Amino acid sequence: MTPLDRRGLLMRALALGAVAPLAACNYEDPAHPDLADRFLHMMSAWNDRVQAALFNPHTLAPTFRPDQITHPPRFNAYYDISQVVTVDPATYQLELGGQIQNKTPWTLAALDGLPQTQQITRLVCVEGWRVIGQWGGVPLGEFLRHVGADTTCRYVSFRCADNYYSSIDMASALHPQTILATSFLGAPLTPPFGAPVRLRIPTKLGFKNPKSLMQLAVTNVFPGGYWEDQGYNWFSGS
Amino acid sequence: MQNPAPKRRVIHPWPLRLMHWLNAFAIIMMIGSGWQIYDASPLFGFTFPPLVTIGAWLGAAIAWHLAFMWLLAINGLIYVIWTLASGHYRKFFPLSLSGVWRDLRAALRFDLKHDRGVYNAVQKLLYLGVLFAGLVVVLSGLAIWKPVQLWFFCNLFGGYFTARYVHFFAMSAIAAFFAIHLILVALVPRTLPPMITGGRQES
Repeated sequence: MTPLDRRGLLMRALALGAVAPLAACNYEDPAHPDLADRFLHMMSAWNDRVQAALFNPHTLAPTFRPDQITHPPRFNAYYDISQVVTVDPATYQLELGGQIQNKTPWTLAALDGLPQTQQITRLVCVEGWRVIGQWGGVPLGEFLRHVGADTTCRYVSFRCADNYYSSIDMASALHPQTILATSFLGAPLTPPFGAPVRLRIPTKLGFKNPKSLMQLAVTNVFPGGYWEDQGYNWFSGS
Repeated sequence: MQNPAPKRRVIHPWPLRLMHWLNAFAIIMMIGSGWQIYDASPLFGFTFPPLVTIGAWLGAAIAWHLAFMWLLAINGLIYVIWTLASGHYRKFFPLSLSGVWRDLRAALRFDLKHDRGVYNAVQKLLYLGVLFAGLVVVLSGLAIWKPVQLWFFCNLFGGYFTARYVHFFAMSAIAAFFAIHLILVALVPRTLPPMITGGRQES
């Protein structure tokens, strides 16, 4: 065998090694996991733990000047903007569940009565693009303490009017920049951007910012998420 | 007293060979999955065809990318420690501009001597260059992965937006090295077996 033959064989072996798990890669279908899926899930779980360890509750996401805000704002969802669900803000109620003492549903007016905060922060999409926007609302940590949530629980989960759902770790939920946002660009949220109330969490990727929240629960049972259950990394911290 | 057999020295010691092939595998996985991630939000007016990308969709590509980054980074870190501890790094020096110019002209005339196990000036420059690109690709990758927690890396590359371009160009430099590397091995195939078996040279 000449060295060149050997090289050809080796490159083919390498290529096969690189491609073989892919031919069987079923990562979009966790219901039928194969070896590659199991490996990727294992590594994703490891990356969750690394990110939780890396998360510093005192590290703030960078803030920006008003003139750096992205115009026009960019709509993004798992459906087209024409499919956006509209929630009537007058009758809106945020239901609470799980390890929370006072589970009385919250109206928009009641939320507006809590201490408010504003932020101009960067939203980084899992696809790679980023926009800068201004959000205002109630810090989630304040809200959780106000309703008597057990903040020793591991997760805060969210269900949305458009059937989207997601969840975050408690440490990130208590971060000062994590807010239940009711305003965007200085005006009340509009339906494409999550009216009446959305989660704004600049320490995580965009898809961890669920819109049009209908239910909020505090739990120790892993809640997953719409994209997370399909293979996006769960922690997805920034 | 009998003459001992001439001493023969390994060209590529086994740790180097192991790290070389682990790195080759990691680079293929990282670039293939990275191209798929790029396609989700292209920086330029082109995308990579699915034939050369790794991962069936964006979620799978990210999963491959964030799994194999550990192999790339840990293997690279061990290499840096090994090359400093073993003295292997001395093969990259001395390096002079005049030497690079001399060897580059000789190479283009197909007149460059190949002493196995000894790097010519062009090789030294390319190897040091790809090591630097590897450092930049890892640091800019950390900046993109964790622009908040690892904000210092993000700032180092001028923010999240430019860090993506830095990451792309560092990848391009590594891909270009990879291509030149394969072409040169194809032109001088006897350099390949020692990277598998270790090879022996008279000393």
